[in-house]
Amino acid sequence: MSLLQLENLNIFYGEDAAVQDLSFAVDVGECVGLVGESGSGKTQTALAILGLLPKPAKVTGSITFAGSEILNASEKTLNEIRGVRAAMVFQDPMQALNPYLTIGRQLSHILAAHNIAAAAAADASVIEMLQRVGLPDPRRQFRAYPHQLSGGMRQRVMIASALLAAPDLLIADEPTTALDVTVQAQILDLLEELRDDTALLLITHDLGVVAGRCERMLVMEKGRLVEAGRTAEVFSGPQHEHTRTLLAAAPRLDRGKVHKPLAGEDVFSIEAAEVSYREHGKGRLHAVQQLSVAVKQGETVAIVGESGSGKSSLVRAALGLVPLSSGKIVFCGSDLGQTPKSRSAAVRRDLQLVFQDPVGSLNPQMKVAAIIAEQLLVHEPAMAKKERQQRVAAILEKVGLDETYLGRYPHQLSGGQAQRVAIARALILRPKVLVCDEAVAALDGSVRKQILELLMREQSETGLSILFITHDLAVARGISHRVLVMYLGRLVELASSEALFTQALHPYTAALLRAVPVPDPSAAGGYASLPGEVPSILSPPSGCAFHPRCAHSKNICTTTRPSTRQLGAALIACHRAEELLQPR
Amino acid sequence: MKLLSNRVVRVSTGLLGLVVLVAFLGPLVSPHDYLQTDFGNILQPPGFSGAHLFGTDDLGRDLFVRTMLGVQVTILVALVASAVSLVIGVLYGAIAGLAGGRVDAVMMRFVDTLYALPFIFFVILLMVAFERNFLLIFIAIGAVNWLDMARIVRGQTLSLREREFVQAAQLTGVSFAKIISRHIAPNLIGVVVVYLTLTIPQAILVESFLSFLGLGIQEPQTSLGALVDAGVNQMEGASWMLLIPASLLALILLCFNFLGDALRDVFDARQSK
Repeated sequence: MSLLQLENLNIFYGEDAAVQDLSFAVDVGECVGLVGESGSGKTQTALAILGLLPKPAKVTGSITFAGSEILNASEKTLNEIRGVRAAMVFQDPMQALNPYLTIGRQLSHILAAHNIAAAAAADASVIEMLQRVGLPDPRRQFRAYPHQLSGGMRQRVMIASALLAAPDLLIADEPTTALDVTVQAQILDLLEELRDDTALLLITHDLGVVAGRCERMLVMEKGRLVEAGRTAEVFSGPQHEHTRTLLAAAPRLDRGKVHKPLAGEDVFSIEAAEVSYREHGKGRLHAVQQLSVAVKQGETVAIVGESGSGKSSLVRAALGLVPLSSGKIVFCGSDLGQTPKSRSAAVRRDLQLVFQDPVGSLNPQMKVAAIIAEQLLVHEPAMAKKERQQRVAAILEKVGLDETYLGRYPHQLSGGQAQRVAIARALILRPKVLVCDEAVAALDGSVRKQILELLMREQSETGLSILFITHDLAVARGISHRVLVMYLGRLVELASSEALFTQALHPYTAALLRAVPVPDPSAAGGYASLPGEVPSILSPPSGCAFHPRCAHSKNICTTTRPSTRQLGAALIACHRAEELLQPR
Repeated sequence: MKLLSNRVVRVSTGLLGLVVLVAFLGPLVSPHDYLQTDFGNILQPPGFSGAHLFGTDDLGRDLFVRTMLGVQVTILVALVASAVSLVIGVLYGAIAGLAGGRVDAVMMRFVDTLYALPFIFFVILLMVAFERNFLLIFIAIGAVNWLDMARIVRGQTLSLREREFVQAAQLTGVSFAKIISRHIAPNLIGVVVVYLTLTIPQAILVESFLSFLGLGIQEPQTSLGALVDAGVNQMEGASWMLLIPASLLALILLCFNFLGDALRDVFDARQSK
């Protein structure tokens, strides 16, 4: 008998079906991956299992847990199951933790609420659990508040709280989506390690996460289950069209074309840039230090780094949204000065930008046509209305949207469509440089692929230079000619994509590459997690900032900061790069 | 229109519309005048049989006409005060919020200073300095009402300013005035409209309160507040003098409050979509 059995589950919101006719089972001790794009009904399914759906949802069908029906069961019955026999780990650990209670109290409450342990014994078992999930110094963290922990540590706490009552079923809803790639690998390892006899339902959009861990996988599309089977078989021989699309859209680090490096003039360059902010009571925060990078005509340079690496500060400084504390930004041979006010209209035309959040970057009160036309109104005020309308329609068509979208408001667009509009707005003035700040991070795999192709096509047609900021190495590999890797505000490695993805010179780059889960079960084992987390940028480690996490660190790494130097065609900041290059 | 599909909005606007219509048309139709005293008919109770629908007051004046006049004045005060608060408050708040830094600090400290003045003291000061007149009430209420609006709008603008579409406009080189008129103001509409419908009852209450204290509208002009004040004096013999204007006041206030709540729901729904 299965531990969890769903039969013909339907979830309706009024007339709209969120989930339709869904049946699957999870056996004792099994790990099942539930995969789908946003809006496919994955989270709705998870919430339905635990009876957490909001009131307007109408649920029909059957959900049995350990032999008894729990769909539409009373709150009392559900409370005996929730948190005790079936627990859930949410995507955003900050929102799932109460900011006003210490970690210890929140977790002890769970034990007390379910009468698992007496108050006195509860503390001890919580600390023991915190230790098991790999939280450093659990006694101190016991008394810490959620905001004092990093994202990765908070997610460990969430896992601890879920496992506290030794549940039979653990539902993890995108448990690593909000985390950095090196931390993601740690958390996935931890989930695997701690499972024991706990069955795991792992909900994710990332096929790589499923490939390495789950015995079976389920693929959902628009509320329906389209494919189910053993993970290896689904990956090797997908039956359903949608599964094939998902697999094809999953960016790969190990295959696919890489752009050859380009020769040519630098169009846009950042020279020895430093960005620092005053932090109240803590001195200055040095977000970017001594960083130089240049983009050639028709070239894409990807800037890669984990959160806190300073990549966003670098972009904001490049755009003039924050002032540089030293260094300069050169555009087509002329220094741009420090603030946006000092920039001429010509520079603004030629330097455009696409944001991460496609919907947030469009004014909700303006129609698509007006949003795009604003650029023309500012920079070509003399243009006749007729011509302006034609230009807007033409650029919209170019980004793959037809005329019917002209009259729509941003909230009537999907994420991908909104991002196309944002790109149209950026491209209508035919700029020389486009800065993309995590431009595809908020999009689903298949949409992401289309947007990247759109950008590359535009580049090959017009010779556009692109500065592409991303945390996703696989995306960087697909789009860039060269890659800049940052760590704690400094350059770690700058190399051509060809070289970097074949052989990374810096241990951090190598670790980043290894931490990315590969969407291929046959290649599993090829990845490894990097220990520790990104240190606080307020108190960076001495010497090489990466040394506490580096497997190859020596004395010199702890005392002296490596200078940025040329190694072959690449720039690198590592003392031991040559030595490490030899044996590998 | 989508707004009218909300039942609460329909009922509230319907009732308000009816009250306003009667208030402005009623006195034209009525044979009586708000000044005319009829000493033969002092303190007549209301009824359909007599000549006076709402009865008469202690001077024999027709209460229907006077009450309708009161509604007119009250609604007028509310609208003017709200318009003042709308124009000054939104512009002031949006400029302070978008400009930020020192400009914001100076502008908002000025608002704080005005806040610190006790309202009644402010009104008495105005009364002493100038002749008592109709206009003073508008000025006094308007001067206080826009402060709240400015604070709310500034707060909203501060958060809008960080939104990416505003940054995108700034980077493109859209002018300060255009950013306010095209990107900030339209996105404030939800909050402003909701807040406005809640300011109107507030202004009505303040006016009634001032008139009740004898600081507001002067005889023979009247407002709902002044009528309630007169009614309180005759409460024991002629309860209708209190009950009729008081219940009309309550009805108008409730309608505006419900309207405000419903509008907030409507705008929230659109924003969350």
